[in-house]
Amino acid sequence: MDDLYRDYILEHYKRPRNFGELEPHDLEAEEHNPLCGDELGVQIRVQDGRIEDLRFHGHGCAISQAAASIASEELKGMELEEVRELGADWMIDLLGIPVSATRRKCALLNLKVVRGAVGGGSDWPA
Amino acid sequence: MSGAADTTVPLDAAAALTGIAERGGGGRVAAEHGAAAPDVRGDFPIFARTPGGRPLVYLDSASTSQKPAVVIDALAGHLGEHNANVHRGVYALAQEADAAYEGARERIAAFVNADPRTTIFTKNVTEAINLVAYAWGRANVGPGDAVVITQMEHHANIVPWQQLCRERGARLRYLEVDVEGQLDPAQLDAELERGDVRLVAFTHVSNVLGTINPVAAMTARIRAAGAVSLVDGAQAVPQMPVDVAAVGADFYAWTGHKALGPTGIGVLHGRRELLEAMEPFLTGGDMIAAVDFESATWNELPYKFEAGTPPIAEAVALGAAVDYLGALGMERVRTHELALTCHLLERLAEVPGLRVVGPPDAERRGGLASFTVQGIHPHDVAELADRGGVCIRAGHHCAQPLMRRLGVAATARASVGVYNTPADIDALIQALQAGREVFGL
Repeated sequence: MDDLYRDYILEHYKRPRNFGELEPHDLEAEEHNPLCGDELGVQIRVQDGRIEDLRFHGHGCAISQAAASIASEELKGMELEEVRELGADWMIDLLGIPVSATRRKCALLNLKVVRGAVGGGSDWPA
Repeated sequence: MSGAADTTVPLDAAAALTGIAERGGGGRVAAEHGAAAPDVRGDFPIFARTPGGRPLVYLDSASTSQKPAVVIDALAGHLGEHNANVHRGVYALAQEADAAYEGARERIAAFVNADPRTTIFTKNVTEAINLVAYAWGRANVGPGDAVVITQMEHHANIVPWQQLCRERGARLRYLEVDVEGQLDPAQLDAELERGDVRLVAFTHVSNVLGTINPVAAMTARIRAAGAVSLVDGAQAVPQMPVDVAAVGADFYAWTGHKALGPTGIGVLHGRRELLEAMEPFLTGGDMIAAVDFESATWNELPYKFEAGTPPIAEAVALGAAVDYLGALGMERVRTHELALTCHLLERLAEVPGLRVVGPPDAERRGGLASFTVQGIHPHDVAELADRGGVCIRAGHHCAQPLMRRLGVAATARASVGVYNTPADIDALIQALQAGREVFGL
């Protein structure tokens, strides 16, 4: 069994959850990873201060796509205030694989774009 | 003196390369003689490393080359035995440093048949192109003028021209790349006929497509149209014989670290009349003739363009690198890398879902292949190659406009150097096949 490319990672990569367009949406943002040119955008519908629904779009490697797919299921229903505070560990723990320094931005790109969409700033999650 | 004329290349290394040259350059030839492939690897200390208990397979020489011991020794030898600042000291040690630095310039210029007086040391190709964009461009490109570049340029040969054109109200136009990764000479002619082109900048060998451009024919057309040419030779000088005089460009730039030399040193060859008419790029020490409280006058070429303490030890080490390459013989280096490229293209074709971009035949390309694998993102391709101990690059290769033209977000890229063997390529193919299994393909 591969440490990084576990079955569930590849499953999420090949069939990512919550990918596509979301109409209507209240918030959106787009980010790219300048190292590899990967692009990821998100559209979010908000109700009562929570993420009611969201969709990602864009392209990237197995790690960045799987991370977005896995995160999307957790983010639904989360308070915007809570999302703004989410850190890198939240994402890395959710992924459940050892993420090397060179792949860290792949894993965190989706959180960066989501935090940006909900007003959590444009920094890479720390 | 280290890095000077006594730099030698092991005879067996040169002989091994000769062997391949005599057998010819076909990929099949390389494959059949895999075991007898030229072995200069022993000259490169890094290949003593065995990451994960396997030989180091380095297929990223288009990013930066590995360094032979003679280069490492020249760098350390200069710093350890001959170190002093140049152009200022009267003491014997400073004279040694001067002789080493200027001696290196002469040999580096001779390596590409250029004049040492118009051979300027920069930090890298990026700085060399910026030098031209500022010192020549700001004085010679104005509103209504055009700068023409190509869709296959590295960001280093795009962004300085974007900035120049924005600042001066000039237009930036692109020569297109066709499906086989080639430029169309007719489009260059059409651009030049418009009469507004002041400069055409293009790469000698593409770092993504591998395309070898017909540089001499292009510079002749550009000259005839009264425009100035700049050629980015970063990928060309390390892997094939380059005669700067025959290329005929007004400016020709290349870099040390891709040509077995150290980082921190680039080279710009310029046409004398243009360089003499240009104002300096960077100003400060060493580039002046005289300074008073209000103004200064400029030093002669090439020092006018080398402000501040230059990369002395780096120049000495690059001198050792061109001595090494010169002793191998650049024709033989090219023949060797052509054979490897044939082998690379043949073997990549065995991998299902793999698509190579750029010219289909190896003769028209430098020693690299950029590719995509259906179902696996290039980043993952590089990660999976690393599992097999194979170093390749993935990403946009500092050529995002070209990526868009090719309709891909990124590619994986394998590139060869003088120290590679067919076995390195076989290791890549094995790793790619294993990677497809990991991804369930």
